[in-house]
Amino acid sequence: MTAVTTTPSRGIADTVAHAISTPEKEQPFDALGLTPGEYAEIRQILGRRPTSGELAMYSVMWSEHCSYKSSKKYLRQFGEKVSPAMKKNLMVGMGENAGVLDVGEGWAVTFKIESHNHPSYIEPFQGAATGVGGIVRDIISMGARPVAVMDALRFGDIDDPDTARVVHGVVSGISFYGNCLGLPNIGGETWFDRVYQGNPLVNALSVGVLRHEDLHLANATGAGNQVVLFGARTGGDGIGGASILASDTFSEGGPTKRPAVQVGDPFAEKVLIECCLELYREKLVEGIQDLGAAGISCATSELASNGDGGMFIELDKVLLRDPTLTAEEILMSESQERMMAVVTPEKLAGFLAVTAKWDVETSVLGEVTDTGRLVIDWHGEEIVNVDPRTVAVDGPVYDRPVAYPAWQDALQADSASALPRPTDAATLREQFLALLGSPNLADPSWITDQYDRYVMGNTALSFPDDAGMIRIDEESGLGFVIATDANGRYCQLDPYRGAQLALAEAHRNVAVTGAVPVGISDCLNFGSPENPEVMWQFSQTVDGLADGCLALEIPVTGGNVSFYNQTGDQPIHPTPVVAVLGVIDDVARRVPSGWQDDGHNIYLLGVTREELDGSAWAGVIHDHLGGLPPVVDLAGEAALAGLLHAASIEALIDSAHDLSAGGLAQTLAEAVLRFGVGARVWLGDICERDGIDASVALFSESAGRVIVSVPREDDVKFLGLCEGRNYPVLRIGVTDSTSASLEIQDQFTVSLADLQSRHRSTLPSRFAQ
Amino acid sequence: MRIGVVTFPGSLDDRDAARAIRLAGAEPVALWHGEHDLHGVDALVLPGGFSYGDYLRCGAIASLSPIMAEVIGAANSGMPVLGICNGFQMLTEAHLLEGGLIRNDHGSFICRDQGLRVENALTDWTGGFAAGQEITIPLKNGEGGFIASAETLERLEGEDRVVVRYVGVNPNGSLNDIAGISNARGNVVGLMPHPEHAVEPGFGPDTADAMRSGTDGITFFTSVIERMLVSA
Repeated sequence: MTAVTTTPSRGIADTVAHAISTPEKEQPFDALGLTPGEYAEIRQILGRRPTSGELAMYSVMWSEHCSYKSSKKYLRQFGEKVSPAMKKNLMVGMGENAGVLDVGEGWAVTFKIESHNHPSYIEPFQGAATGVGGIVRDIISMGARPVAVMDALRFGDIDDPDTARVVHGVVSGISFYGNCLGLPNIGGETWFDRVYQGNPLVNALSVGVLRHEDLHLANATGAGNQVVLFGARTGGDGIGGASILASDTFSEGGPTKRPAVQVGDPFAEKVLIECCLELYREKLVEGIQDLGAAGISCATSELASNGDGGMFIELDKVLLRDPTLTAEEILMSESQERMMAVVTPEKLAGFLAVTAKWDVETSVLGEVTDTGRLVIDWHGEEIVNVDPRTVAVDGPVYDRPVAYPAWQDALQADSASALPRPTDAATLREQFLALLGSPNLADPSWITDQYDRYVMGNTALSFPDDAGMIRIDEESGLGFVIATDANGRYCQLDPYRGAQLALAEAHRNVAVTGAVPVGISDCLNFGSPENPEVMWQFSQTVDGLADGCLALEIPVTGGNVSFYNQTGDQPIHPTPVVAVLGVIDDVARRVPSGWQDDGHNIYLLGVTREELDGSAWAGVIHDHLGGLPPVVDLAGEAALAGLLHAASIEALIDSAHDLSAGGLAQTLAEAVLRFGVGARVWLGDICERDGIDASVALFSESAGRVIVSVPREDDVKFLGLCEGRNYPVLRIGVTDSTSASLEIQDQFTVSLADLQSRHRSTLPSRFAQ
Repeated sequence: MRIGVVTFPGSLDDRDAARAIRLAGAEPVALWHGEHDLHGVDALVLPGGFSYGDYLRCGAIASLSPIMAEVIGAANSGMPVLGICNGFQMLTEAHLLEGGLIRNDHGSFICRDQGLRVENALTDWTGGFAAGQEITIPLKNGEGGFIASAETLERLEGEDRVVVRYVGVNPNGSLNDIAGISNARGNVVGLMPHPEHAVEPGFGPDTADAMRSGTDGITFFTSVIERMLVSA
């Protein structure tokens, strides 16, 4: 710890006494994003006008981002629609920094996905980098060691001139921060669609593991315990509204507008991770909270609210990067790589020794009190005196107007079934290759190769397999699996069903690896909540997810809502990114997404219907979006997952790959490309059984389907398993290591080399330097 | 047999290196950069990572850490020292190895399963390979382009001090496809690819036989153990 002298800031703080004596002073609440009604409520809560510091705190904590004021009403469902089975393994649910699940053998897994969309459009590199940093700190603050990251990305049209700027910035930001932290990036997804042109989505996910006894929570209890801020110094980055406030309060000299995007230092965060883990090991921490959105305002009010309710802070003890910062700016700064801990007085010396070992700067800001008030002093004068629950917990809740979109019926009536489908083999082949090279189905390894997937030595699966898998315990082989999915096109057609399809797909992507799905985290990306049609999409989405989770009996453990993703009046497609976490008792029995051996039978599980509405085929070939997305049968998905788990346990399958965007054609191509081993496939039996034509067999996106490869000697057992579980199964082909091609019998053949060049060239041709 | 792994602030692959040493049959010993103490180890690994955030130059600040005085002394008296990726960068910054590592020629970080040819199978860390043997181990770096003056390059090549060379693809623009080099004595070796990520079936690179089953990297660690047993 270093003693640092800071130059006192300019001007005089707006103290509580000053606020009482100047009740009529005009305050810039609207510039800070508060409505007149919210400002009046703050005055009523306090029985006086807020000080400028209090106004800063309320304005950031009552923002949509921090308070969930438009979504709270709906999100309650995730806590209400639960069965006993869903609670069984849930150690920490929604409301903490991240949810925690018991995964057995004394281990727990914590994970969360969170948006960093708006900063990533303004400054893609730092926006994406600090998105990774923020979610990783959420994981650390639960007492866990972060062990993996993953990202769900949405960009604008791949050929729009601005897209390359955003892609380069976001990908290199994630690469820069994640690689330097030493966390393997084990998957994720990337989509391009013009609806995201002015609003790219950067949803960052992190997973951590911990022993049950290492669980930490964000609460400040025990009067007299010390409140400690440690990590990076507080600077002027990430201050949005504070400069407005400061310039109003202290107009002399006119403080400069400070950048609203934070700047990340992954080295500082890596050191902070190791420092925190050592503090936990030495049992030196009572409560802990990371500093993210709303900085010290959030950390102090949340820690106090979740604990005994009282806290006293001397704000001038905060170590500053910029000594000219005002009290309000310090309260609102979103400088990265900072944590706040509650430490007993006896353990303080030990705590400081550990932070000194790691060269992590630390300052004791104050202590927990039993007053029920959060009191903050600035140079000896009281500038904040509030009930912390009114800041952090009991914020406004809105019941925003909801309206069924005027265009929804017309969109749903415009089915893809009216589009011309190929009838000859040459056109089928051409369309198959067009899909394979289309931006959303093309090989994203230009992106994933910029991420370290090996560090820590526990990666059992990563891209291009369907999900990422990490070994938790080196002795037993216990591991977790994670996959994220969302199809905004489906959600635009029907947000309820689209959300369930995202859930079903992520669930299936976990199941194909041989794991058992156990929990979800979601990141709900939408347009403006002030648009009643967007609120309808949102309410339908949450209904769909909550009902879906109940049907699958896996709990929502946490997540994040991102509204206002729109440019002008045009909102993005509703994009609920669903992350499903699964558990596998031994990662050694994991199943890859492609076959490696010759002469294995290829089976299609599930039935194929004429479901081309919202499909990649309709989008890529016809630039069409209309109709109703595929039907979803969650009981069927659960049965499929059970079947795959049993087949994996009995070692009957050598590969399993989910069918989703692009249909069977895309899945076959990816399974061939996984290890470069070809296949011969026939469509006749599918067409006959399901009453469809070859183009539907290849391109339909019916849910509940997976292809598996089965060694011949296990054929009988595998078919018996499917029959016993009454799941539709059909032999559709055989693997062939000699042909170096994918042959669709009676239709077309494509060589491995052609598959590779079509699949791999799309992203490099746009983005490689 | 005890092999030390030095952790610097920002080291990332230190636990992986320790696991590789254990799997190879020796005892890994965790060493802290701030100490002047090698705890009596028989060999040393400087692991990969982003020590000090790669600030200034990769490996430059770490090369001035307190423990580096002992590392340099031990290396000069013949103790086997392996620098992997950031560790290689530290060894060049500490002048235990010649040349330097610069930003990849394509400008991006790259992670791939990399083909290598073992050019010198006589060093302390490569004795278990056959000269000319081709192996695959993961590579992951942003600043892995090997450079040296023409004169130094000629000397390295002439004295057989190029230990491993990239085959198939040169992933970062390294001169002469150089992936790793040694000092004249052959006890100090630095390379950009990560042998510690190809030591355990199930967690290494894909092979023609099975996914993630590549373990070519373990030979770097078994080589040094055998060498020390012979010299003991």
